Amino acid sequence: MEPILRVENITKRFGGLTAVNRVNLEVNPGEVVGLVGDNGAGKSTLIKMVSGVYHPSEGAIYFEGKPAVINTPSQARDMGIETIYQDLALAGNLTMSANIFLGRERKKKYLGGAVRILDEKFMLQEALKLLETLDVHLPAPSAKIEKLSGGQRQAVAIARALYWNARLMIMDEPTNNLGVIEQAKVLDLIRRLKEQHVPVILISHTMRDIFAVSDRIIVLHRGRKVADKRTSETSNEELVQYIMGARDDFEAARA
Amino acid sequence: MEKSLPIPKNFSLSLLRSETARRLLAFGALIILIIAFSLLSENFLRFNNVIGIFIATAVNGVLALGVTFVIITGGIDLSIGTVMTFSAVMTGMFIAKWDMPIAVGVMGGILTGTLAGFTNGVLISWMRVPPFVATLGMMYVAKGLSLILSELRPIYFYDTPLFREIAMGNHFNIFGQSFDITYRGYDIPNAIWILFAAAIVGSFLLSKTILGRYTFALGSNAEATRLSGVKVNIWKTAVYTVCGTFAGLGGVLMASRLNSAQPALGQGYELDAIAAVVIGGTALTGGEGTILGTIIGAFVMSVLANGLRILSVPQEWQIVVTGAILVVVVYIDIVRRRQ
Repeated sequence: MEPILRVENITKRFGGLTAVNRVNLEVNPGEVVGLVGDNGAGKSTLIKMVSGVYHPSEGAIYFEGKPAVINTPSQARDMGIETIYQDLALAGNLTMSANIFLGRERKKKYLGGAVRILDEKFMLQEALKLLETLDVHLPAPSAKIEKLSGGQRQAVAIARALYWNARLMIMDEPTNNLGVIEQAKVLDLIRRLKEQHVPVILISHTMRDIFAVSDRIIVLHRGRKVADKRTSETSNEELVQYIMGARDDFEAARA
Repeated sequence: MEKSLPIPKNFSLSLLRSETARRLLAFGALIILIIAFSLLSENFLRFNNVIGIFIATAVNGVLALGVTFVIITGGIDLSIGTVMTFSAVMTGMFIAKWDMPIAVGVMGGILTGTLAGFTNGVLISWMRVPPFVATLGMMYVAKGLSLILSELRPIYFYDTPLFREIAMGNHFNIFGQSFDITYRGYDIPNAIWILFAAAIVGSFLLSKTILGRYTFALGSNAEATRLSGVKVNIWKTAVYTVCGTFAGLGGVLMASRLNSAQPALGQGYELDAIAAVVIGGTALTGGEGTILGTIIGAFVMSVLANGLRILSVPQEWQIVVTGAILVVVVYIDIVRRRQ
């Protein structure tokens, strides 16, 4: 099976600092890949190269088998790479449906296209249908996003990505700052993405979450990939050793 | 499995508190002022005085409408006062000095504002000059150009009596058809209709179009908006251009009302407009605001000025009271939101 995403020898340097150092990464259809590592290990930098925020200093990205040049976040989204950022890239003062359609609003045309009015009704109905498929029910669908709970916002962010036919979903700390029930709900959403064959790259500090939903786990340490294990074939203890840098046998094992 | 995510308690209550109450606050202040002034002076509610209030609101209201957009994006426009003057002077140049038709002068005046706003937008979006600095610069440039073009003297529209009709007349002349607008024999000057027409256009832009949607999105989370693939620079420029266009319209109205372009006037008008917007419940931090609130805010300012004048309060004290009311209204809003 051809991987959806293949990253080859990717490197990112900021001045003298090498944030990501010759990392290889593959994500297969329907696969949830956990990306773990200590603060500053390069997780966020790595995914920001895939989502078009940063440009790699070296290396190549292949998306659905073809070399991909991703210069901007909107290019990444046009290709179907959807990123749900840690700080939730949602506009708090807009409604749920306005957020789902942000940047791709549906308009009704009047006077031969001279006047274009936002088609709020259509956007709200589509958004509600979509949340229904994710089994998410909002108490007041036309409330501003900032009035929703963290988990509800996370659901909106995921719904938004799904609506635009995400081919790959990147999630940066999606369970941060959530209550226990909401954490479970978000993990459930990730399983639903998997059911719909949408691959997910999941960044998290919470090993329990990673083990709960991932198929494979990749560990970064100081910008280098130090482990790439099937979730069923590894343990928390083993991964912590890699994360701390106490164990570093990846390249030796590959050689 | 759980069917729905937990709902914040008193959800609908908190919604009511934020949305409706914001508008009620300014509206309440307006009603209290009107009641107080009409009790204190029998002249306050006289027809001519009410019309005077409306006319006084027209220019400030139009300026405030434009800057509402800018403030919702989290920006500021300090240039609208002198851009208004510059537009008035340009209208004067077109009509009184270059003998062009009135329509050309009006369009030229409005487009002068548009161009100034566009320049602000380009400086702020692409050249990354902070809005405060870019529009402060434009404030001086527009003021200087007004003085240069007019050679420091007012430009009068004595030869074109029709020009004054734009703001002060009470009929429209559309395609040769004249429409009288009188209500039970009372004359309602065009300036008032123009203010309301501008407010309807502003409200439409802000709540129904993609420009309005991105205006809120930019003020709410500019980074998220950019990451959503919105061409942020273009829309930000559009917002400042809209603001400049309203300032241009304000300039034409001002010139028409005074039957002259006064090059020394204008500085300080931007602050009155910003005060009206803030009283109307638009947050300077961006992301929130309504056109209705701005119009109410503009009326609060002019009712206050008018009422205090009728009560023979010296003008210096009018300014003091206006400042105090501005702070009180915003403070009440902050307290209410903290709860």
